[in-house]
Amino acid sequence: MESNVNNVVIEVENMVKRFGSFVANDRLTFRVNKGEIFGFLGANGAGKTTAMRILCGLSVPTSGKIMVNGFDVYRQSEAIKQSIGYMSQKFSLYEDLTVAENLRFYAGIYGLKRKERKKKEAEMLERLQMPSIKNQLVVSLPLGWKQKLAFSIALVHDPKIVFLDEPTGGVDPITRRQFWNMIYEASSRGITMFVTTHYMDEAEYCDRVSIMVDGRIEALDTPAGLMKTYGAENMNEVFLQLARKPKTDQTT
Amino acid sequence: MIRFENISKAFGTITAVDRVSFQVNRNECFGLIGPDGGGKTTLLRMLVTLLKPDSGSLTLDETDVVAGYRDIRNRVGYMPGRFSLYQDLTVEENLAFFASVFGTTIRENYAIIEPIYRQIEPFRKRRAGKLSGGMKQKLALSCALIHRPELLVLDEPTTGVDAVSRREFWEILSGLKEAGITIVVSTPYMDEASMCDRIALLQQGRILSIDTPGNMIKTHGKPIFQVKATERHSLISELSGWDRVASVYPFGQSLHVTPLDSSLGESDVRAFLRNKGYNDVWIERGTGGIEDIFMDLMVQQ
Repeated sequence: MESNVNNVVIEVENMVKRFGSFVANDRLTFRVNKGEIFGFLGANGAGKTTAMRILCGLSVPTSGKIMVNGFDVYRQSEAIKQSIGYMSQKFSLYEDLTVAENLRFYAGIYGLKRKERKKKEAEMLERLQMPSIKNQLVVSLPLGWKQKLAFSIALVHDPKIVFLDEPTGGVDPITRRQFWNMIYEASSRGITMFVTTHYMDEAEYCDRVSIMVDGRIEALDTPAGLMKTYGAENMNEVFLQLARKPKTDQTT
Repeated sequence: MIRFENISKAFGTITAVDRVSFQVNRNECFGLIGPDGGGKTTLLRMLVTLLKPDSGSLTLDETDVVAGYRDIRNRVGYMPGRFSLYQDLTVEENLAFFASVFGTTIRENYAIIEPIYRQIEPFRKRRAGKLSGGMKQKLALSCALIHRPELLVLDEPTTGVDAVSRREFWEILSGLKEAGITIVVSTPYMDEASMCDRIALLQQGRILSIDTPGNMIKTHGKPIFQVKATERHSLISELSGWDRVASVYPFGQSLHVTPLDSSLGESDVRAFLRNKGYNDVWIERGTGGIEDIFMDLMVQQ
């Protein structure tokens, strides 16, 4: 995908994050475009979580220039938080609230007006084809529904970027694919999707993929481009070639 | 060696395991495969005597697992899904503790854990809580093996683990199998099915199918077309809307298209897509794999 300056929503230049003598992120440089599905891959401990926390405005880098939605991570972390959505495998839904109450709660957190909130609620239940479960407790829902609901809630305040941290862990293969449909749909509305996953077939659903090894970005391209560069049949092979690491890992 | 017969287990109103029967043979690597809520953990916890079945019978050789739990515990090593070692004890202290609980010593059984423990031994004075994910996993496995069990039970050892470490872990398991240990392991990753001798596909407390991966594909694997085109997203909706197609699922860069019946040929698919304006279509015939089978059986339920 061509990077056009006006279309760049994440801009990272020489990002470094140190913890004492340990370099978790070593001069990362990359850009993510508007509406792109960007796969952020790497072995456990390669530094993905550290980088994601910085991009979400939760942690300050040691050095480097990092802009998210046009906001500077050093000075405007609150503005960043307002402009992004986040969902992880451990969804942050309140199990003993109903579906509608969860929606209302998060809409409130992000300061949506009552009218706006009502509209969002109706839209979302419609999109999820969930109107009938509006008043059910979240605890009673199947895992796949909870997951789709959590994703919708991450979108409630119209964020420009949504960070998805292993969003499909543990769900059945059909729901996993339905979930990716939701990701495509959101991306087609111009929302950028920043995704981590350990499912290598999902890496192939991304527009572009970066692979981190020991704190550095070792490769960044379209899945097809990476397969070609590494002479691999699929992303799993690409990943194995890049991320095979020394025997004693000291990472966290 | 292991016999689950009509085993059920409910928690309140939720039936976690619903009349499940299967057997595991000695020195086999048996995989329980399925998503969360399939019943994998409940089955494994019953096998290692941490839960009692509500009904049915569960035996290890001739020993009833419920009545003979003391005997079973000496024969079984268990690696739970959540890291459950003592975070404040060092690597070595954890291992020594598990050895002493089973009345043995690290030295006595060093040979069995050596290939795994050797990799974390340089850190033996480090507290377990300070280890990386991969090292914790190796320590947990060492602790599960220190009493030289004949059966090793592992609950989702590769969940949330990257593709490289996952492959390494399966290499370790295959080494243990060669050493004569029987293995029962659960995983949500369908692509790991091929690492097991036999597998049971589990969904909502029931077994969808049980066989060797090869036989399962022979019995249940349907002929499919693998289809690729640049415009993948619209391709999915076009093909899903076609009345000669039973299902369309994305698999990485390609789609798996299952025809409704055998009358649909490759040339028909080609013609259909050409009509819809796709000029760069790549099609190859194939047979559905374990994940295709899982989805197919799920829908049939």
